[in-house]
Amino acid sequence: MKMKSPTTMIPGLYLTLFFAYLFGPLIIMVITAFNSSTFPRVSPWECFTTDWFGKLASDDKLLAGLGNSLLIGVGVVCVAIPIGLAAAITLSQVGPKLRAALYTIFIAPILVPGVVIGLSTLIFWDRIGTLFNAPYESFFYDGTFLTIFGQVTFIAAYSMLVFLSRIQRFDTTLTEAALDMGATPTQAFVKVLLPFMAPAIGSATVLAFLASLENYNTTVFTIVSSSTFTTVLSSKVRYGLDPSISAVAVIIIAITLIGAIIYECRNRYNTKGWAHVIADRPVLKIATHPGTVAAILGVLTLAAVVFIQNHDSSACTAQVLEEKRALQQQLMEQQSLNTPEKTVPAPTMPNLGPLGGDEGGTSAPSPFGNNIFSPENLGTSAPAEN
Amino acid sequence: MALTFSGVVSSMTKEISLEHVWVEFGEFTAVHKANLNIAGGEFFSFLGPSGCGKTTLLRCISGFQEPTRGKVRIGGEDMKGVGPNKRPTALIFQNLALFPLRSVADNIAFPLEVRGVDKKTRRKRADELLELIALPGQGDKKVSELSGGQKQRVAIARALAVEPDILLLDEPLSALDLKLRQHMRTELRAIQKQVGLTFIYITHDQGEALTMSDRIAVMNKGKIEQIGDGRSIYDHPTTSFVASFVGENNVLDGTVLSNDGKVMQIDAGMGTPFTVESHPAGGPALAPGDACHLFIRPEALRVSRDDSSVNQFETNFVTEEFEGNMRHIMMNTNGKDLKLSLINDGTNAIDANSPVKLDFAPELGIALKPGELASA
Repeated sequence: MKMKSPTTMIPGLYLTLFFAYLFGPLIIMVITAFNSSTFPRVSPWECFTTDWFGKLASDDKLLAGLGNSLLIGVGVVCVAIPIGLAAAITLSQVGPKLRAALYTIFIAPILVPGVVIGLSTLIFWDRIGTLFNAPYESFFYDGTFLTIFGQVTFIAAYSMLVFLSRIQRFDTTLTEAALDMGATPTQAFVKVLLPFMAPAIGSATVLAFLASLENYNTTVFTIVSSSTFTTVLSSKVRYGLDPSISAVAVIIIAITLIGAIIYECRNRYNTKGWAHVIADRPVLKIATHPGTVAAILGVLTLAAVVFIQNHDSSACTAQVLEEKRALQQQLMEQQSLNTPEKTVPAPTMPNLGPLGGDEGGTSAPSPFGNNIFSPENLGTSAPAEN
Repeated sequence: MALTFSGVVSSMTKEISLEHVWVEFGEFTAVHKANLNIAGGEFFSFLGPSGCGKTTLLRCISGFQEPTRGKVRIGGEDMKGVGPNKRPTALIFQNLALFPLRSVADNIAFPLEVRGVDKKTRRKRADELLELIALPGQGDKKVSELSGGQKQRVAIARALAVEPDILLLDEPLSALDLKLRQHMRTELRAIQKQVGLTFIYITHDQGEALTMSDRIAVMNKGKIEQIGDGRSIYDHPTTSFVASFVGENNVLDGTVLSNDGKVMQIDAGMGTPFTVESHPAGGPALAPGDACHLFIRPEALRVSRDDSSVNQFETNFVTEEFEGNMRHIMMNTNGKDLKLSLINDGTNAIDANSPVKLDFAPELGIALKPGELASA
């Protein structure tokens, strides 16, 4: 075989490094989820365990946060998608000068730091609430409501960008054709523009939901006394981490992977080339159908859940615990062997007198000289130096 | 508009009148006092170069554009404030504007769908129309699976679905290749005859306008230059623009020597003065001493058989374009280029090396007041 020249290896090397950089942390995090060590780490490896998933399932605070996050996500999608779509339609219909101005206004929330949006949302609704003399139980002070409105300000702008790229390819004569053929403007919108925008609405929905779910810097202000998934996680990082966080990561990664695989299967299944391949192979046709793939992945997930529920690592953890105790014992014994030697005055500092804390140090000369640390010295030595 | 399914289309045709229609976009005048009547059942074409305002005028009729001044009447009714979805017109767009996400049948049935017609009736009507456009049984296809000509016919079927009184066509054939375009011309004319609707056709292609139309309005820079049937527009243009835009024309600058109301003597700098018939309909009369444009069609020129013909002059051969059935020969006299089109029937041998004598009949020369010429 011919030796590859170094220049041809650079792209391969680059790709390897790139993917290592991208996926390395994820892989390590997944591994830590199955280590019984109470701190998320790979080494030392103690026991293979699935207990962290159990711990996660019984973490009420985290689950409540997750529930809030999902609710907020749905709320954000419901509000941000119509606003984003309306903004994109407006931009596609106004003149170039007005478009430039409107675009800047619509896009501004993306450029404003999330912290600022969070704070200003909080202050704005508080002022409004005060204006109406609303009690603290009213929605002006409700974390879920404030978070939805805070996040919508910039997520609507994100979704507008998605809609804009699609609407730019829309042939406006289609709307005119619909109107010409007797459709009302509403019918033209529902029957012509909306079906055309459907793919963009789908992707903008996913984008908006995920952006809402993972948002922290706005949410941390607007959530007030409530909590979301991200705020619970961040407080966990602050007040003591355990691998149940890794278990969360494993679940999120698994969901993402399953979604991506099914989506990709669907895409490949619908290509013309593949349709040709499976035309006269009914078994292959069924086997590669995205539904089949989804079913297989579903069964695998179910199996994983059952495995996690039933896996018992207590024997191993007990053994590790025992080993630890033995090690501790050994260390303690070693310490007790060493202690008597330490009680003997060290030969290197013979004049230090009896062991530390002894007030009788005044009698022995100090290596720092004339009893400089003795309390009596405070009054006498200082003027002497002057 | 009643939906009748006994015949394919059975609607009343309505006449359209444009009364002093102006359309202005800021400083720019897109349509300049358009004034005309289109009779019910007529195939009427607007012919002009791009940017001449013909599409704007069409949009005025279909309701996408309100005239700045003037009135559009359809069947006697003023259409001011009536939206495109309320007018008895159907527009066929330049790019056809078929809905890409709908099947062929759903496209055709769209006008019925928005009027709340039930699914079964819609399907029946779509099948009828597919029959009319000679695409039976293709209703379930996707639009993208059709050829250019088929899409064309689907667009027509969709426009006919609710039996409009007037069908407006905005250069619908411009995207097709030559053969298909020629075929669709015949087909469009046949469909128009069959359904008996008023067709208003926009084109920059004079061949389309001449072959299909009952009457043609030639437009330039927002103004209607001449209205008439194809023959009168081609044979008796009233302005220099029409003479140079419709068909090919040799144009010579000349001076009127005499005009007795029947024939004119014109000095066009080609040696002997030319004798040209003066037409009463041919625009403003020219008086002796007036400058004029003398138009002679390439096919009106002929190689002289003898030396005694009227309007005879000498030219020199420059080059020849051979088109199969026609020979287009470029000649030059006194520095003026002339084009001569001859039928390739084996006669008319032309000697490239010696002067050739040409002549033309007095009734085939057209003398007009100098005006703007269409740019090639």
